[in-house]
Amino acid sequence: MASKYLTGAGSESKQLATWYFTFAAIIFGAQLLFGLVAAIQYIMPGFLYGVVDFSIARIIHINALVVWMVFAMFGSVYWLLPDETGIETVGIKIGKLLFWIFAAAIVVVVLVYLLIQVGPADATTIWFITEGREYIEAPRWADWGIVVVALGFVANLFLTGMKGKQTGIVTVLMADMIAFAGLYLAGMFFTDNISIDQYWWWWVIHLWVEATWEVFVGAIAAYGLIKMIGAHRQVVEMWLWIEVTMLFGSGILGLGHHYFWIGTPEYWWEIGALFSALEPLPLVAMFIHVLYDWGKTQGIQHEKGLPESVITNKPAFTWFVLNAFGNFLGAGIWGFFHTLPQVNLYTHGTQFTSAHGHLAFFGAYATILVGMMYIAVQGTNGIKVMKHTKASIWAVSMITGGVVGMTVALTIAGYVQVLVSRAQMGATWAAYFDGQSGVWFAQAMDWRLIMGVVTFLGFIFLAKDLLTTGKNPVHER
Amino acid sequence: MVNKSVWSDNRFWRRTATWVTGFASLLLIWLTFDTSTQIAMGNDQNLQNKVTKRVPGPTVINYKITYEFSPKRGLEVPIIGGNDGKGMSLFQEKEKFFGRDDYSEEEAGALLHLGKLGSQAKNCMDCHTLLGNGAYYAPDLTKAWLDPAWGPNGAMQALTGKNTKEEAMAEFLQHPDQYPTHARMMPDLGITAKEAKGLVAFLKHMSSIDTNGFPRNFGKIKGAIHGK
Repeated sequence: MASKYLTGAGSESKQLATWYFTFAAIIFGAQLLFGLVAAIQYIMPGFLYGVVDFSIARIIHINALVVWMVFAMFGSVYWLLPDETGIETVGIKIGKLLFWIFAAAIVVVVLVYLLIQVGPADATTIWFITEGREYIEAPRWADWGIVVVALGFVANLFLTGMKGKQTGIVTVLMADMIAFAGLYLAGMFFTDNISIDQYWWWWVIHLWVEATWEVFVGAIAAYGLIKMIGAHRQVVEMWLWIEVTMLFGSGILGLGHHYFWIGTPEYWWEIGALFSALEPLPLVAMFIHVLYDWGKTQGIQHEKGLPESVITNKPAFTWFVLNAFGNFLGAGIWGFFHTLPQVNLYTHGTQFTSAHGHLAFFGAYATILVGMMYIAVQGTNGIKVMKHTKASIWAVSMITGGVVGMTVALTIAGYVQVLVSRAQMGATWAAYFDGQSGVWFAQAMDWRLIMGVVTFLGFIFLAKDLLTTGKNPVHER
Repeated sequence: MVNKSVWSDNRFWRRTATWVTGFASLLLIWLTFDTSTQIAMGNDQNLQNKVTKRVPGPTVINYKITYEFSPKRGLEVPIIGGNDGKGMSLFQEKEKFFGRDDYSEEEAGALLHLGKLGSQAKNCMDCHTLLGNGAYYAPDLTKAWLDPAWGPNGAMQALTGKNTKEEAMAEFLQHPDQYPTHARMMPDLGITAKEAKGLVAFLKHMSSIDTNGFPRNFGKIKGAIHGK
C-alpha cells in the first residue's frame, strides 16, 4: 500500500517541493502567454513588431517551457523523496537556498531577454545576454549558475537515497538525474563550426527529452501508481526497469535522427532510423502498464466486494492517464511520423516538427507534472481522497483539447509547407513564402491561435483549482 | 517464491537496464569520436590540395560554390570551384567576395568567427532554421547563399541597389526593415557593416557544408518562382 510517511505537513522537503511547484506554475503561465504572442504574430506580423519580435516571444515561450518543467521535476523529486526513503531529505537548507538562487537567476535571464534582447557579435553577448542556441539561449553566466544548482540538487538526492531506504524508484532517479545534470555541460561552449555546434547541442536537447526526461517520467509514473491506486511496488518497479531498458536502449542512439542533415556522415541515416523507430515501443509499454495496473487493482477491490474506486486522487490520476496516452501519441506517433530520413528530408525544419513538439512536451511532461502538483495539493492539505471539481474538469478538458487542436492545426500547416515549399518548389526563400502565404497555411495558423486561447483559458481554470481545491469540502479527509 | 521466473525478477531487469544503457552509451561515444573527426573543419591546405571535407575551411569563401546532383551519392552535394562533370569539386574556379578572392586563412577565419558569433548574438535561430534547426517563422538559411532570390536574376540585388550577392545580403542585414520582402518583416537587430560582412561569410561557408542532400532540389524545380 501507499506509504503514509510524511503526508506533507512537517516535512521540509515537501514544503520545498511546493515552492518549486508554485514557481513552475507561474512560469507555465508565462510560457503560454508568450506562445500566444508568437501565434498572433503569424497572423498579424505587425503585432509588437520592434518591441517583442517573434524571436524574443519564442525564446521566452520555449525557455519558460524548459524552466517550468525542470522546476516541477525538482519539485517532484523533493516531494517523493521522504515517501520513498522514509527519511527527511538531507541538506534541505541548502536545497532551499538554491531554490531562491535558481528562481532569481531565471527572473534576471528573462528580463534581459525581454529588455536587452540582442547584443553585438562578441563574447560579452554570449556571456551576459543570449547564447542564441534554441532552447538553451540562457547566457553563460546563467549556465554556470544552473550547474551549481543542479549539483546541489543531485547531491541532496544522492545523500538522501544513500542514507534512507533505497527503493527501485529512488535508484532510477539517482542514476537518471546525474545524467540529466551532466548533459547540460555539453551545451556550454562556443565553436565556429556549426556542425560541431549542433552535434553537441543535440546531446543536451535530445538526451534530455528523448532519454533522461522520459526515464524520469517512468519513475514518477511508478511513484504515482503506488501512491494513488496502491499498485504493487514489486510489479511497478519491475516495469520501471523494463522501461529504462527500452527507453535508454532506443533513445540514446535514437539521437541519430538529428544527425541526418547537419553535416554529419551518412551512417547516421541507418542508426537514427532504426533506433528512433524503436523509440515509441517503451511509450506503448508505459501506456499499457498504467491502464493494466489500474484495472488490476480495481478488479481486486471489486472481488473484495468494495465498489468504490481505488483512486485516491482523481485529478492527479486523470493527468497521469493523460500522460500515458499523450506520451505515446505526441512523442511516439507524432515523432515516428517524420523520423525516417526518407520523410525527414522534406519535413525537417517545418511546422511538422512544431506540431510534434507541442503534443510531445504536453503529453509526455506537462501532464504528469501537473499531476504531481495535484498530489502535492492533496498531501499539503491532508486530503484522503481528492475529487474532481468543476474547475479541475474544465482545466483538463480545455488544456488537452487546446493542445490537441494546436497540434492538428500545426500538422496541417506542416503538410502545406512540406508539399508546397519543399517537395513542389525546392525550399528556396520564394518557395518558403509561397507556402506560408497559401490559404491552407493561413487557416491552420488561425486555428492554432484559437486553440492556443482555449489552452490559456484552461490554464486559468487550472491555476484557480490548484489554489483553491485544497480547502474545498468536497474531498474526503 | 520458489519457482519464480527470471522474466518477473526485478534484479534481472535492473541488470538488463544497466547493460543495455551502458552498451548504447559506449556505442554513442565511439560514433562521436568518428563523427567528430569527419566533421572537423578543414583548412586552406585541403582546398589547395583538392581534398573534399564535409565542413570545409573558412577560405572556401574565396571559391565559387554551387549545389549539384552527385550521381554517385544520389543526392545534391556542395560543389566548390567547379564541377568535374561527375559531381565532384574541382577547387579551381574562384569567386570574388566583397571584391577579393584571396582571403588568407586568418582573415577568412576571423570573418567566419565574427559571423558565427553574430548568428548567436542576434538570435537568428529563433526565427530562421540553420541546417534545418531553429524556428519556422522565416526561411531556412542552410543554402541561403545559393538562393536564386539573391542571384543576378533575383529580386534582392535590384531591391537593395547592389551589384553583388554579398553586398545585397549585407545591406539587407543592416536595414532589413527598409526592404520589406513579405508582410512578415525581419526586424532591425542593430547589425553593423562589419558584422553583416561576417554574417554573409558565415552563410557562404554554411552553404559549402555537406548536408547529405538537405534541402532537396534547392532552387531547381520548375514552378519555383526563380527556378528554371
